[in-house]
Amino acid sequence: MLTINGEKIDAAGKSLAAYLQEAGFDTKRVAVELNLEIVPLKDFEKTILKDGDSLEIVRFVQGG
Amino acid sequence: MIGKSELDRAFDARFAPEIKAKLQAARVAVAGLGGLGSNIAVMLARSGVGHLKLVDFDKVDVTNLNRQMYGIPHLGRFKTDAVRDILADINPYLDIETVCVTVTPENAAEIFRGWPIVCEAFDRPENKAMLVRTLLAECPQTIIVSGVGMAGYGDANDIRTTHPMRRLYVCGDGETAAGGMTGLMAPRVAVCAGHQANQVLQLILQ
Repeated sequence: MLTINGEKIDAAGKSLAAYLQEAGFDTKRVAVELNLEIVPLKDFEKTILKDGDSLEIVRFVQGG
Repeated sequence: MIGKSELDRAFDARFAPEIKAKLQAARVAVAGLGGLGSNIAVMLARSGVGHLKLVDFDKVDVTNLNRQMYGIPHLGRFKTDAVRDILADINPYLDIETVCVTVTPENAAEIFRGWPIVCEAFDRPENKAMLVRTLLAECPQTIIVSGVGMAGYGDANDIRTTHPMRRLYVCGDGETAAGGMTGLMAPRVAVCAGHQANQVLQLILQ
């Protein structure tokens, strides 16, 4: 299990990009911290989620 | 013209001197001078934040007047120049740096490096996310205060400030996007800008 935005979610083994797509996020519209480290957009595909990871996803919407 | 000492005395009538000193020494950058950024810049100037860096590529358009700080005399001018003039009418003794460029992943860190607080006030979600990702990765001393979700005229109390990452604060309702027939309107944009500016003051003064 991972902790994603404070919730326990089973996503181990997936890439970060795959998880975000499954969960309905647009990868170009999010900022993601994995275990308190920001993940560059170019690393979303190669970042593989593991049990015990903590993920914080912030989604941005149009308007400012 | 009113003197600096007169403005200082007016501030001292309301706040302790150490608060004014901290605000005068503070350095805050504003990325985007639309509804959020133009309001934030004015609020920070009124609060006596001494050093502001204002970044935008765009010119004032008639469609901006429903929510941004500009008036008809500013139409067609660069927003950086227009905000500089607006702030000079509020406090001409602030140090204002303007940068009239499009912020990209390549230049973002260079523009904002050395600025301890950056207000993210862009419009498009891809640009908002790009700025936050880039500055969190490449400017390790910088704290970002971002605006997310302030379109329409829904409950103003849904707009709040959260702290999802160590160096990121997010103000807004988190979801109400501009688009289709839901535009941005002055009150909720100003509420969100107020959250961002207030968070900046807390970071400076705490």
